[in-house]
Amino acid sequence: MEAKTLFDKIWDGHVVRSIENGPDVLYIDRHYIHEVTSPQAFNGLKERGIPVFRPGKTIATADHNIPTKDQHLQIRDELSRNQVEKLSENCRKHGIELFGLNHPKNGIVHVIGPELGYTLPGMTIVCGDSHTSTHGAFGAIAFGIGTSEVEMVLATQCILQPKPKKMRITVNGNLQKGVTSKDIIMYIISEISTSGATGYFVEYCGSAIRSLSMEARMTICNMSIEMGARGGLIAPDETTFDYLKNLESPVNEWKKLQSDPDATFDRELEFEAGLIKPMITYGTNPGMGMAIDGSIPLSDNKKNEASSSFLKSLDYMGFEPGMKLLGHPVDYVFLGSCTNGRIEDFREFAHIIKGRKKAANITALIVPGSKKVEEQMVAEGLTEIYKNAGFEVRQPGCSSCLAMNEDKIPAGKYAVSTSNRNFEGRQGPGARTLLASPLTAAAAAITGKVSDPREFITQEKNV
Amino acid sequence: MPKVKFNTLESTCVPLPFENVDTDQIIPARFLSATSREGFGDNLFRDWRYKKTGEKNSEFVLNNPKFSGKVLVAGKNFGSGSSREHAVWAIFDYGFRAVVSSFFADIFMNNALNNGLLPIVIPEELQIKLQDLIQKNPAIKVKIDLEKQTFTIVSTGDSVRFEINPYKKECLLKGLDDIDFLLSMKNLITDYES
Repeated sequence: MEAKTLFDKIWDGHVVRSIENGPDVLYIDRHYIHEVTSPQAFNGLKERGIPVFRPGKTIATADHNIPTKDQHLQIRDELSRNQVEKLSENCRKHGIELFGLNHPKNGIVHVIGPELGYTLPGMTIVCGDSHTSTHGAFGAIAFGIGTSEVEMVLATQCILQPKPKKMRITVNGNLQKGVTSKDIIMYIISEISTSGATGYFVEYCGSAIRSLSMEARMTICNMSIEMGARGGLIAPDETTFDYLKNLESPVNEWKKLQSDPDATFDRELEFEAGLIKPMITYGTNPGMGMAIDGSIPLSDNKKNEASSSFLKSLDYMGFEPGMKLLGHPVDYVFLGSCTNGRIEDFREFAHIIKGRKKAANITALIVPGSKKVEEQMVAEGLTEIYKNAGFEVRQPGCSSCLAMNEDKIPAGKYAVSTSNRNFEGRQGPGARTLLASPLTAAAAAITGKVSDPREFITQEKNV
Repeated sequence: MPKVKFNTLESTCVPLPFENVDTDQIIPARFLSATSREGFGDNLFRDWRYKKTGEKNSEFVLNNPKFSGKVLVAGKNFGSGSSREHAVWAIFDYGFRAVVSSFFADIFMNNALNNGLLPIVIPEELQIKLQDLIQKNPAIKVKIDLEKQTFTIVSTGDSVRFEINPYKKECLLKGLDDIDFLLSMKNLITDYES
């Protein structure tokens, strides 16, 4: 039998039909929807006069445009309110389970899906959101789609999709103290660029990946899209099975979800975990990242002549080629998002701020990824640690990651952000984003400037 | 339901030579609160088109009367980032019918093909040459023939064959709809489920 990658095994097992010279008709096991990219798809069904084909396979949440304060009150922005109401109306009409605003299990779609046990190994998972790649951490094929494709899935539980090429990224070795999974993925993206994996589906392997918790693996898979990949996955193992232990788990079936030893990939990359330092971005795409104690490169290519795109990007950020960022003043810190809005992220941040105080010049947005994370923070005493250090914990949502709600960073201000994109205006028109891990964000929050988190970690153990 | 068709197009071009133009630039998130597909063209490249004061930024290409046309010529890695189909709706609504670049992000490419906006990949040298030619003479035209899969700069005669999935090509040429196609396979899908 032909050796297959894990990706091939799952994909091939979901092909309803292969169209000659065309895409595959791929069956979708789990479909997540949210308020922003679904309304036009439901309108499409209405125009066609057809129902949702398998409403039990779609799960909905409101997360992108909701406020993170006073969620019990009416949403102030009329368009956002309308969009959230439209989602409720569509879910009611079509019998789709909704974890909407004020539901006790509400949260960011890529946080609640795994949390509530809807994301499982071996599944095909889609959502009208590019960070759907997050769910690949469970050994699933998960990728973001457009609204026309959301309509396809609602109408037929299938999607037309060309099969991507396969890439394996192996990270071996031990991480240094103060280096997290966010730093691993930011390092990889800085090495291969924001389009380095376009056209590929990535499998992450190696001892450094194996040593990570499920939360940390989700952070890695989440940012696969930031190097252009269609998605990224990690073969399930004991860590995965342990995370899912409360479910009736067909563990013996899941154990088969591995790439065959002699399976071939279209491209292979290897990185050494021990070389990775805490990372920070200096430009306006996630590929423009460097070690926290490094200097901004002089150019974006080997010719040493900086391109106009590179200079435009640094100009937007208010930086110069060759500059160091350590010690640069920061105005805002954002902890949250589908990248770093899970309980482990709030524990890491707390590890650094405990017994310290927020710097006076910092405005902090501390936004749990879900109601469950919010509750767990209280139960573990984290909320108290945040309060004592001068931080206010908000209610769950996507918040300042894409600033669709009120949580905008003002023009010209610098934000150290645990989210996934540092695009121009992403966190508000004119906002300047420095992507980093929760540890690096915490270090900035207590010092008021870009700081090396390794100086604040007292334990020998990795946090 | 029939979709937009695409056969041939001859048009002047609008140059956008920057690399890595992400979908947040094409349509910023704060304009995604609508529940219909129409009207996004008004906010296409919003934060480049308008100054913070709300007035038009005369330096941005869409505000430069020298440049117009139905073809947007973009730098490499166009459409990266968010999966928002609103980016394609905005480009189409503004009046573009094709986007030419040396490299597109995957989701953007799929979204474009699903909306009758033809994404054309040309070699990087030709893309850079074309940007330069348009800057020097905004009146130059390009000719796109989907059936033959050719992209030609009319004045210079530079012509390249571009790739497109044969299924998608047929959909665009005939205005066929993916969902009609999938709905016609309901029996196969039900068989798969059992």
